[in-house]
Amino acid sequence: MAETRTVELELATTGTDAHGRPVRIPVGVAGADEPDLTAESMLLNVGPQHPATHGVLRLVVQLDGEVVQRVVPHIGYLHSGFEKLGEYRHYNQIIPLTDRTDYLAPMANNVALAMAAEQLMGIEITERCKVLRVIACELSRIISHLVWLGTTAIDIGAFTPFLWTFQEREKVYNLQEAWTGARLTTSLTRVGGMMADIPEGFEQQLRDFCGFFPSVLDEVDRLLTRNGIWISRTQGVGTLTGEEAIDYGLSGPMLRASGVAYDVRRDRPYLDYETYDFDIPVGQHGDVYDRYLVRMEEMRQSVRILEQALDRLPDGPVNVADPQVILPPKSAAMNDMEAMIFHFKQVMEGVRAPVGEVYFAIENGKGELGYYFVSDGTAKPVRWRIRPPSLLNLAALPKMAEGHLFADLIAINASVDIVMGEIDR
Amino acid sequence: MNATVDSLRRAFGDKVGRALVSCGQTIVYVDRSSLAELLRWLKETPDEAYDFLVDVTAVEYRDPELPLEVVYQLRSLARGAELRVKVELPKEGALEVESVVPVWRAADWLEREVYDMFGVTFTGHPDLRRLLMWETYSEGYPLRKDFPLRGRFSRAEQVRRALAANPEANYSLEELSIAQAQYDLPPDMRERLERGERGSIPEPKDERHG
Repeated sequence: MAETRTVELELATTGTDAHGRPVRIPVGVAGADEPDLTAESMLLNVGPQHPATHGVLRLVVQLDGEVVQRVVPHIGYLHSGFEKLGEYRHYNQIIPLTDRTDYLAPMANNVALAMAAEQLMGIEITERCKVLRVIACELSRIISHLVWLGTTAIDIGAFTPFLWTFQEREKVYNLQEAWTGARLTTSLTRVGGMMADIPEGFEQQLRDFCGFFPSVLDEVDRLLTRNGIWISRTQGVGTLTGEEAIDYGLSGPMLRASGVAYDVRRDRPYLDYETYDFDIPVGQHGDVYDRYLVRMEEMRQSVRILEQALDRLPDGPVNVADPQVILPPKSAAMNDMEAMIFHFKQVMEGVRAPVGEVYFAIENGKGELGYYFVSDGTAKPVRWRIRPPSLLNLAALPKMAEGHLFADLIAINASVDIVMGEIDR
Repeated sequence: MNATVDSLRRAFGDKVGRALVSCGQTIVYVDRSSLAELLRWLKETPDEAYDFLVDVTAVEYRDPELPLEVVYQLRSLARGAELRVKVELPKEGALEVESVVPVWRAADWLEREVYDMFGVTFTGHPDLRRLLMWETYSEGYPLRKDFPLRGRFSRAEQVRRALAANPEANYSLEELSIAQAQYDLPPDMRERLERGERGSIPEPKDERHG
């Protein structure tokens, strides 16, 4: 038989709670004033040199414990004055500057710039050029999203997808190199055409890529989409409603993840995008997880567009047959008097645009990239404005992150998909 | 021409100036006195519904006689319509226009950038400070036409200023007060910050232009 013993203990307690149990207070502080920690907040400086800020971005974060009370982003560390430089250059000379804005998707920027200038000058490009530019835009979207996917996974703690996505990105870079001679600074387009047609074997390489790439997406999908850690780090984090997303001027996957089905390719079609068969993925919750799903699906849709573009790629010239706009072949410029004059005038004076202005936008990987040109009739624009999608998307970061845990701030910042070269310009 | 221009004329009369079409895009000039009210009307009138502010920027022409323009690129997501609203700011007067941050939050950073690059003040902006340049940047407004491409100061002067800058001066007063770092600042800088002044922009002495 077990004996029941009663032991009397002296409890350092001020009484009992509603259930009759003694109220526990920490040992050693009975009677002493506890420091009031609630009023104290900490200022934490994140970046500018930190991998998780995806570039030279500085976030000044006010923390209450681990909870983010306020975020103040500081940008401008990469400011290069591209818009100012553009005012001192011919339209074709601006193209290399666009490589360096959103340097994760340079070909799409080149296309946007050439098309803005063409619209200003009223130039109709050839059919082959249109299809080649679609290929350039969709390849750019894929590599932009691949960088996003790899780095975001690292930020949240999954290292493997980074290796897989960068392997695929490398293949696109090889294609870029074969086409343009450069892996990063492509300068692919010219006003009225392209700097080069695609090389021998490019089509087959691209078809091989389109065939294999979806299997890598499937692998990443298996690793992340139903992964408990991934889900708990991303679902319900950084939520924005559709109205908020519109109010903040978000675009691209950020806007669509919040349920607003706006895609420049469909709603302001350019390059005959309306004739391609593709879907526009739209999220429901506007959180980090939906942004992940939207971008994953956009890559699959880009592959669909690439396959259709390869199927319809027509023969013919890539450049318009206008010697005022397109440089003559070098052999003609050296042997033919008229061609030499055109060559001289274009190089020395540039292509003149009529008086007027144009806002031209494309859907690039980050969102709506707009170029706004104002011309006074000379060969150099009066004003070249870049409407940077990442800048507006990043401006919503305080709204998304305040009230979340600090670790969520990193996930939210990653989900915005920023590139500082474009934000700071 | 976008039909909105006629509706604007009916609603705002002579506050709406000339309208023109360039590259198929409608541009309408409006008077600065009713700009914010007019833009709010464009957003909230159901038949117009310009709910998306695409861009805010400014244009200065090479001809110094022409006024500076602040440009609002609007879009109606539902109707697919676009409109560019411009307001002219003569250079001899104050470069000042009412902020539209209460209408669209998207205008927050866009207006800060225009302030930073062109020196246009947006009255009623909740946090009007430089966006891309640092708080104590004192060479002026880089995208103005009288600003030389290489900057106003010599390379040596730019380096000297960068090395002499107090890094704490890049924080806003709000941030400094949280960190209590404002007490470590030199007294003159602290006083300037407390007055609400965010870095001074003196007129340069060695102006290279006319």
